[in-house]
Amino acid sequence: MSFLIGDGMTGGYGSADILHDCTIAVEKGEIAVIVGPNGAGKSTAMKAVFGMLPLRLGHVRLEGEDITALTPQARVAKGMAFVPQTQNVFTSLTVQENLEMGAYLRRDDIRGTMEQVFDLFPILGEKRRQPAGELSGGQRQQVAVGRALMTQPSVLMLDEPTAGVSPIVMDELFDRIIEVARTGIAILMVEQNARQALNIADRGYVLVQGENRYTDTGEALLANPDVRRSFLGG
Amino acid sequence: MVDILNALVLFSNFVLIPGLAYGAQLALGALGVTLIYAVLRFSNFAHGDLMAFGTMATILVTWWFQSMGISFGVLPTALLALPFGIAIAAVMSLFMDRAVYSFYRKKRAAPVTFVIASVGVMFILNGVVRLIIGPDDQRFADGERFIVRARDFEAWSGLSEGLALRSTQAITLVVAILIVIALFWFLNRTRMGKAMRAYSDNEDLALLSGIDPARVVMVTWIIAAALATIAGVLYGLDKSFKPFTYFQLLLPIFAAAIVGGIGNPVGAIAGGFVIAFSEVTVTYAYKRFLGHLLPENLAPDGLVQLLSTDYKFAVSFVILVVVLLFRPTGLFRGKVI
Ligand SMILES: Nc1ncnc2c1ncn2[C@@H]1O[C@H](COP(=O)(O)OP(=O)(O)O)[C@@H](O)[C@H]1O
Ligand SMILES: [Mg+2]
Repeated sequence: MSFLIGDGMTGGYGSADILHDCTIAVEKGEIAVIVGPNGAGKSTAMKAVFGMLPLRLGHVRLEGEDITALTPQARVAKGMAFVPQTQNVFTSLTVQENLEMGAYLRRDDIRGTMEQVFDLFPILGEKRRQPAGELSGGQRQQVAVGRALMTQPSVLMLDEPTAGVSPIVMDELFDRIIEVARTGIAILMVEQNARQALNIADRGYVLVQGENRYTDTGEALLANPDVRRSFLGG
Repeated sequence: MVDILNALVLFSNFVLIPGLAYGAQLALGALGVTLIYAVLRFSNFAHGDLMAFGTMATILVTWWFQSMGISFGVLPTALLALPFGIAIAAVMSLFMDRAVYSFYRKKRAAPVTFVIASVGVMFILNGVVRLIIGPDDQRFADGERFIVRARDFEAWSGLSEGLALRSTQAITLVVAILIVIALFWFLNRTRMGKAMRAYSDNEDLALLSGIDPARVVMVTWIIAAALATIAGVLYGLDKSFKPFTYFQLLLPIFAAAIVGGIGNPVGAIAGGFVIAFSEVTVTYAYKRFLGHLLPENLAPDGLVQLLSTDYKFAVSFVILVVVLLFRPTGLFRGKVI
């Protein structure tokens, strides 16, 4: 039994299904990575796991509990956190206010968690009073991840956290994500940079047209000649 | 030298002070409009009549207080009645939201649908107010009328022009400043205020953060009703209360909100003063003002009034059109709070 699993998910935005019997799972302290071509349904699968998309078939379970019917807000309260692919920060709010909004549901003292986020991403501490909309792409992604961490989640879901950042910043972000996973948080992540992402993945999913094409450890997928040829550019 | 002082006093008396008071009233009105726009994402055409409704409620409570012999000393009794008027207007707003707007929110209707629905709400409030208090002028200001009287000022300064400061003008400015400080403190310092700004900035992300949209909407209506009632009562104290006048105020208020950049509170305040001073300066007759400054032989014969006061709404309208043509986002970048 996995810590978080979207099991046999089938559904879409309207009448046509985007996901077809798609299964995604992640364990505590592990990094699971979803890769696949553009339009494969990776973002849709993330939304389905987070309850932002009605499922026609299939279930989402967290620690064995069926949460398929829960709203996204209720899932936040259950310890899930999600960083969407786009528009993932409050641009007109300061960095610190972004983090405070991440912790909106918490009624206890959040200063400790905020300090942890600033330890993880020191630049955010320096720019805490600056509107998030004024930051660079990489810094914004750090704000987005920081906001999600403020609920002290047990699962962190990231949709293309390294989109549009330089290779150096990407490595940096991956290092931080590994650090977060080491604290025992389950990480489910969609990535365009498939090779680098599978490198740090405990488990990898190759999604094509809303279906699971390959599922294995990151290492095995990187070694698989079919996967290499079709999805990793040789 | 005396002439220049006389001209300045005259200008303060008929342009500066009335403009400041009127500007503050428009700013409070525009803040309500801008807040609704930022959070609920539609232009609330019922805001003028919400002002009328809240003011009417305040007037009724004022009369009741007066009949019981309750007074506020030198200050108008209406200030004591104001919290009750606000509460009644807030209940009305929440009722209208429940009865009308929530239906369209659930259907995720387009903003234009909300605007049309708000026109319907406008007619309802409009009718309710006329039904209860009638369409006529009501004066409800009591207490001390002046802080500085023109005659006392003349005697004190020895100038030929008098400067009057009515209590309602001073009250308007003081209350407006306090309200604006309180509003900005709320939006920038409190958990709920920040949640409102977050919701206005990015609704989806606000939901992902666990912010409860129903609470945000409720608090927004309460604040909008409070701002509308305060603006309406201050205007009514300063001038008089007449339902139709409040409906007409919608134009300068929207002009103020849009000139400043709709959705932006700082812009709403700036816009209020821009519109107020444009209206007052354009409709003021400069004959006496120029008479003080110019040599005798150049003194103007006519009134030197650019526009008759009958056309004062044209000023808002022209400014509105010019801003929409050349800088649709307003002076301050609008659309979010
Ligand atoms: N909000 C939406 N409404 C309707 N269709 C959508 C929406 N978002 C994505 N799609 C469609 O769903 C399919 C999968 O999209 P997506 O999950 O974003 O792919 P990926 O993230 O793998 O690039 C695409 O065909 C896309 O056009
Ligand atoms: Mg995507």
